[in-house]
Amino acid sequence: MEPDFSRPDSAFAVSRWFQANLPRIVVAPSFVAVMVFVYGFIVWTAYISMTRSKLLPRYDFEGFFQYGRLWSMDRWQVALENLFVFSGLFIFFCMALGLLLAILLDQRIRVEGALRTIYLYPMALSFVVTGTAWKWILNPGLGIEKVVQDLGFTDFQFNWLVDPDLAIYTIVIAGVWQSSGFVMAMFLAGLRSIDQEILKAAYMDGASLPKIYLRIIIPSMRPVFLSAFVVLAHLAIKSFDLVIVLTRGGPGYATDMPATFMYAMAFQRGRIGLAAASATIMLMTVMAIMVPYLYSELRRKRDE
Amino acid sequence: MSAILHDRFINRMTLGRWVLFAVLGLFVLYYLTPFYVMTITSLKSLDEIRDGAFMGLPQSVTFDAWGKAWNTACVGIQCDGLKGYFWNSVRMAIPAVLISTLIGAINGYALTKWRFPGANLIFALMLFGCFIPFQVVIMPMARLLGLMGLAGSIPGLVLVHVVYGIGFTTLFFRNFFITVPDELVKAATMDGAGFMTIFWRILLPISLPTVVVTVIWQFTQIWNDFLFGVSFSAGGGQPITVALNNIVNSSTGVKEYNLDMAAAIIAGLPTLLVYVVAGRYFVRGLTAGSVKG
Repeated sequence: MEPDFSRPDSAFAVSRWFQANLPRIVVAPSFVAVMVFVYGFIVWTAYISMTRSKLLPRYDFEGFFQYGRLWSMDRWQVALENLFVFSGLFIFFCMALGLLLAILLDQRIRVEGALRTIYLYPMALSFVVTGTAWKWILNPGLGIEKVVQDLGFTDFQFNWLVDPDLAIYTIVIAGVWQSSGFVMAMFLAGLRSIDQEILKAAYMDGASLPKIYLRIIIPSMRPVFLSAFVVLAHLAIKSFDLVIVLTRGGPGYATDMPATFMYAMAFQRGRIGLAAASATIMLMTVMAIMVPYLYSELRRKRDE
Repeated sequence: MSAILHDRFINRMTLGRWVLFAVLGLFVLYYLTPFYVMTITSLKSLDEIRDGAFMGLPQSVTFDAWGKAWNTACVGIQCDGLKGYFWNSVRMAIPAVLISTLIGAINGYALTKWRFPGANLIFALMLFGCFIPFQVVIMPMARLLGLMGLAGSIPGLVLVHVVYGIGFTTLFFRNFFITVPDELVKAATMDGAGFMTIFWRILLPISLPTVVVTVIWQFTQIWNDFLFGVSFSAGGGQPITVALNNIVNSSTGVKEYNLDMAAAIIAGLPTLLVYVVAGRYFVRGLTAGSVKG
């Protein structure tokens, strides 16, 4: 409706305009907030990554010099390598465990509800709490190491937490414990939505149970695999809390990841240009995964 | 899996049934052991932790570590325990949850039942904001909070959580309202009800389950947040997750593992309680939040 200001004394016209545009007016603050706090801030960070900003932002354009510096840093290389190792193992084990649990739970178990609750509760906890628990369990000297030594294996050693080459795996252990139940819930929902008629037909044809799973059920869950992969990859790239609590990125910077690298540069080392460059690379990595996925999801919706 | 398959396969395989339960039971142990270890460790004295069995029940149960964690544990240089930080988290989470849920409800309603040109684009822009790594916004946010005089304050953290929560809360409500028939709104309009009346009297009441899912999701996210807390707060104004990390990773003095565990349980208890009481809604939020757009 067009605003009618021809009679400025008419409060009625103004109120009618207001009524007609109310839907836009209530969404406007959120829209502005998202434009500023998401997109505006992304532009700011991306721009700062192309300046020589150190402790304070400087706005003279310098091109890609921070990116060159970033890629030449050993610490960044280590962070990327860790991200690679961590995401690979984290995604693989969460998916394998999640799928196994979902299939086992799908065998008409009477206590399924209770089991599901137990498998999924870590997801309600903060990564900081999870990290604290596993830091204690993996404690060299007093944790698992001691349990096994008390069993009589006095030479047993388990000090991954303080071993620069192995510490990254402790983060995988804690991360899988926290997130695998969630993947199970996704797979279980997928299993439940499979067309029963197809299964019946397969059975009539004399297919065995493992064959039905391998040939029919699992392939038909491709979209669930994709969703789980995207969610887990997203979690992995953002992983920050767990690293900080478990190892603080150490020993040295052996377990640094892009998220902790960025935080250290931004808030501890006073190198915000470099921090901005690493944050921009993180954003682009996430986008490379999310954009095609969201796009295909939306298109699938439209086709249906 | 289908009933048909089961009746024909599983019931014959009683041995397989036993193996199945054994495996499921092992996984129960896997998921529960860390919580068990935390609990028993928090109830032991330091001497018993050093000399006793790691997995064993405490020989003499003591709540000293719990009292200390709550009242006198040192977070940084202050030694007033976790209680102040616990209340910081409460004062941060409650307003942030309520405000972001309400905004999400109104957005979802306006974007589905009063479609205007560009509504889908606005939703897409909001949705995308859910998936950015927050590292890309924390530096400008820290500067802006400083300029607004909100640096290191609870209202500052509330603002941050509301702003970055809108995408998800709008998503939840949009997905629900889109299933509500438009005729409902049309009929109410015929009867003379306006935009706000329809929202408060008709749509919000029928969306109660979505409200519960959204509140639980937001509460869990905000209570458990660490990145925003550690980036935008200082001194005694930090949320409990940051305080917990400071206790666990403090390098001064004797390491008190029982205190660490008590502190971790205190920090995890509110979201754990919500999960136990309303797990069904929690799972629904998880699967809806996992991009099922």
